Amino acid sequence: MLVLYPAVIGALIGFAVSNPTAKPKVAIYTGVPIGHSVVTLGGQKIDVSRYAQELYASITPIMTSSPAQAVADVRSGEALAALIIPSDTVKQIQSLIATGEGNPIVRVVLNDRNPLERDLVQQALQTRVNAVQTAISSQLLKTIAADLQLVLTGGKISFLGHSLDLLGLRNTRTIVQGAVTSLPAGSSLAPALGQVVRFANVAIDGLALAAPEITSVGTPLTIDQTELSGKTTPTASYAIAIAAVVLLMFVTLLLASGMLALERSENAYRRLIGLLRPSQLLAEKVVLATLCALVLTVAMSAILSAFVAIDWSRFGLWVLALGFGGLAFASLGVAVGALARDVSVASLLAFMISLPIAFIALVPATAVSGGLATALNVISFLFPFRAALQAVSNAFNGIAPGIGLPLLHLVGLTLVFAVLARAALTRFADR
Amino acid sequence: MDGAGTATLSAVALTRRFGKRVALSDVSFELARGELTAIIGPNGAGKTTLLSILAGALPPTDGEVRLSEPQRPRGRDPGRRGLPRGSVGWVPQQPALYSKLSVAENLRLFARLESLADPEAAVARMLEQTGLADRHGDQVGKLSGGNQQRVNIAIGLLSEPTVLLLDEPSSSLDPRQRARLWEFIAELAKLGTSVLYSTHDVHEAQQHADRVLALEDGRLVFAGSPAEMDWDY
Repeated sequence: MLVLYPAVIGALIGFAVSNPTAKPKVAIYTGVPIGHSVVTLGGQKIDVSRYAQELYASITPIMTSSPAQAVADVRSGEALAALIIPSDTVKQIQSLIATGEGNPIVRVVLNDRNPLERDLVQQALQTRVNAVQTAISSQLLKTIAADLQLVLTGGKISFLGHSLDLLGLRNTRTIVQGAVTSLPAGSSLAPALGQVVRFANVAIDGLALAAPEITSVGTPLTIDQTELSGKTTPTASYAIAIAAVVLLMFVTLLLASGMLALERSENAYRRLIGLLRPSQLLAEKVVLATLCALVLTVAMSAILSAFVAIDWSRFGLWVLALGFGGLAFASLGVAVGALARDVSVASLLAFMISLPIAFIALVPATAVSGGLATALNVISFLFPFRAALQAVSNAFNGIAPGIGLPLLHLVGLTLVFAVLARAALTRFADR
Repeated sequence: MDGAGTATLSAVALTRRFGKRVALSDVSFELARGELTAIIGPNGAGKTTLLSILAGALPPTDGEVRLSEPQRPRGRDPGRRGLPRGSVGWVPQQPALYSKLSVAENLRLFARLESLADPEAAVARMLEQTGLADRHGDQVGKLSGGNQQRVNIAIGLLSEPTVLLLDEPSSSLDPRQRARLWEFIAELAKLGTSVLYSTHDVHEAQQHADRVLALEDGRLVFAGSPAEMDWDY
């Protein structure tokens, strides 16, 4: 066991880390009509839709027919986030580039259930939106550079349908230098000075054209990011929820398994079951372990709340979530204790179970792909950590859909593990 | 001995199976009030299984255990596994004690679990009766094997049972401690408690039993006085 356990844990971590990251499912709505995604920058054209294809390469897009549908997909859990591109986005980009006025906004709606998943999908979207920003910025810089080159060296430009010769600063300098050397009286200065004047006018216009482009180079797109319920679990308070559930898990598992195993290693179990029903004995261990862990966990959460804001008005829900979580963990603990028959074995087993169930439950669904994600989800469903974390996190922060479903899940697990513990007691007490 | 000969416990066709293995097969007998009865038999004969069933710690697969009304009922609750609470005291082979608790704390805990009307009085009585009054505050884990066995027996006697069951009570004791133990048990029997104990020691059964039950492969092969027993069998 001492060889097998580290091998399994090591393989689990290695597999999770080396597995290619799954593409998060993102609901997409684009209001930009097909063929209207081209932005003109000076003489160049940029097809914004080309960058959308790059975005799709890093996510699993779910194309929707309306913004409401995209949001509904996030709400139902079908997608982890929604990206909504309004119909005037391209027009706004074009206006921003041409006149410096315009506000192209893309809307990102994030799921608020799991901050780790939220951060992951947010990261994926932000990376791709940044790529679009960079691409447009790059094109703008090329245009500006070309304009400046024109101002410097001169050449032909097209302006209001007319082709004009632009002298350029170098030519101007040459002309002015020539004019200066040939300034003897009577020379005809007027045409050369006229050219200088025209150059000055065009140069002013050219720089005026470049100015708004320069202002829009940094961040041409604005991202309007919202969470579904208008409220999200802050990562800091999610960390407290994780800390609380980890503490709850260790204390209840170790206490419940240890207390039951102690009755057997002290040889008191046989005498006790002459006085109490086995189910009564199990229930007492479960409740006592839960109460001890509850006191510790609430105390720890209260101390940590000095550093991270937690909604104290929801204290009743904290206790409820931690209490139900404790019952499920303690129930698992007595099942372990019933199997172990010895305190040291029970403690070791409880510890060995704790680490992987916490690890598996904390791996975001989007961090791994395919079959592994499904396997991790199934395992997480069979143990109390994920349900307890969801209940405690929602109780701390008041996040929809509340704690009802996780509590129901925890009640189910409590009953299942209690039945297993009872069966194990019967099986081993008879020996 | 007042009331001697009255059956305090009847085992009726007791059978216990663990899967396909038959640990006890159709065992029937009665215990009379104040009778000292020894169960003998080799390892695996079914002695501990029989005692566990009689104590209510293990349900029989078939058969039943009948008890006369306890003369000194102490329990408030209905009995465990159908046995009236307080009517049977059980002393397992290994001391069933919490080693980190003191002698008095162990007695108090089990007195409460027995739902005795006055747990403190029962604790004081048993400390006195077992000669452990001066050791009441000592941690059980630090007591000698003999004293641990005395605490173990004291717990079995807390409810002043009409029947006391002891599983190899002298197995871990030295000769001097054994002598004191049998003195103590004989005194209990004189006071009217039916005592049933298991042992490997033939001499013990010959010297300290009014009646002997011999088990072999889960079957009762002999029931009678030590004088009637073929000890060479």
